[in-house]
Amino acid sequence: MIDMIQNLGRWGFSVFERLGRAHLFLWQILLGVPGLFLRFSLVIQQLFSVGVLSVFLILISGLFVGMVLSLQGYNTLVDFGAEESLGVLVALSLVRELGPVVTALLFAGRAGSALTAEIGLMKSTEQLSGMEMMAVDPIKRIIAPRFLAGVISMPLLAALFSAVGILGGFLVGHGLLGVDDGAFWSQMQTKMDWYEDVMNGIIKSVVFGFVVTWIALFEGYDAKPTSEGVGRATTRTVVHSAFAILGLDFVLTALMFGG
Amino acid sequence: MIQNRSTEITVGMFVAAGIFALFVLVMRVSNFADFSDESAYQVTAEFENIGGLKVRSPVTMAGVRVGRVTQINLDPESYNAQVTLSLYESFNNLPTDTAASIYTAGLLGEQYIGLEAGAEDDYLQDGDEVELTQSALILEQVIGQFLFSKADE
Repeated sequence: MIDMIQNLGRWGFSVFERLGRAHLFLWQILLGVPGLFLRFSLVIQQLFSVGVLSVFLILISGLFVGMVLSLQGYNTLVDFGAEESLGVLVALSLVRELGPVVTALLFAGRAGSALTAEIGLMKSTEQLSGMEMMAVDPIKRIIAPRFLAGVISMPLLAALFSAVGILGGFLVGHGLLGVDDGAFWSQMQTKMDWYEDVMNGIIKSVVFGFVVTWIALFEGYDAKPTSEGVGRATTRTVVHSAFAILGLDFVLTALMFGG
Repeated sequence: MIQNRSTEITVGMFVAAGIFALFVLVMRVSNFADFSDESAYQVTAEFENIGGLKVRSPVTMAGVRVGRVTQINLDPESYNAQVTLSLYESFNNLPTDTAASIYTAGLLGEQYIGLEAGAEDDYLQDGDEVELTQSALILEQVIGQFLFSKADE
């Protein structure tokens, strides 16, 4: 019995210790970010591997999510004779919720896991300590560019996702289900607010990009330098990111649209 | 160097596509164009009851959109709703005895303000008040009146 409580206590300590280290790590990254604007080519390389390589996945998923939304929404709306509101339904759910959230989940799976594996492997092959030996700060040189690239790419990817999703919804709604295209767009335009809906969605995606990249980099940097440790860290990145995204999404939604 | 160049080009394309998507969302999908396209002037109108009217509800004349609701307040003395309408500058020839009524689009649709032109020669200016107003139709009140008049018979 006492042992169980002791284990619980030990687990609690380790959680808080990791949280503390993660925040110190974040602080160091943020200190390293301003210096990056002098060597922006480092960030551009990471934008390529974090952002550009995710574009294809995001575009395809966005297209299909929009198409499914349109198909499902139509079934419900047609009962009320309100199928003209299909555009509003598709656009609002994409821009407010699905765009940022699904993009962030995909981003965690596609780019976050790759970041963790990369950093973890660098650590286990002692490239990071090698850099320290050469008086190069690995956080400034390796971690910070990846962090900035993640934070920049996420809102761009989310905007692409929403835009392509709305296009997919329109293709299905107008082409397959025969919703009037004028009503589709005009209802969407009158019901959507550019700040309340679009900008809040973008703010969400920036927050998710920040958190996912932070988790991915920290898990990689903190991984046990063994092949098993790197594998576990990669899994943890995806799992913790998913929790963080969905939990934060609730908090952000409550703050933005709740009151 | 070639590698670096193609990386930079694809990253540039990625950033441009992302910003373009954002631009499309703001300009094409949402109502951003409503705000910036034209200068407007403000008039106020007092209603006994505005029903479900909201800020940004449309203001129309003969079904054509001529502006939007920008502000809704409660007058502390008369307990009436004071609505500020923002009308597009190109419709600056509305007579001073223009009437404003609150209508519902469709059976369950949203509410909007419909304007009907009067016959005066003077035009409404910025800051003027629309005197002739008609409140929103509240379904419960109408049903209540109907039942009341039925009971009388």
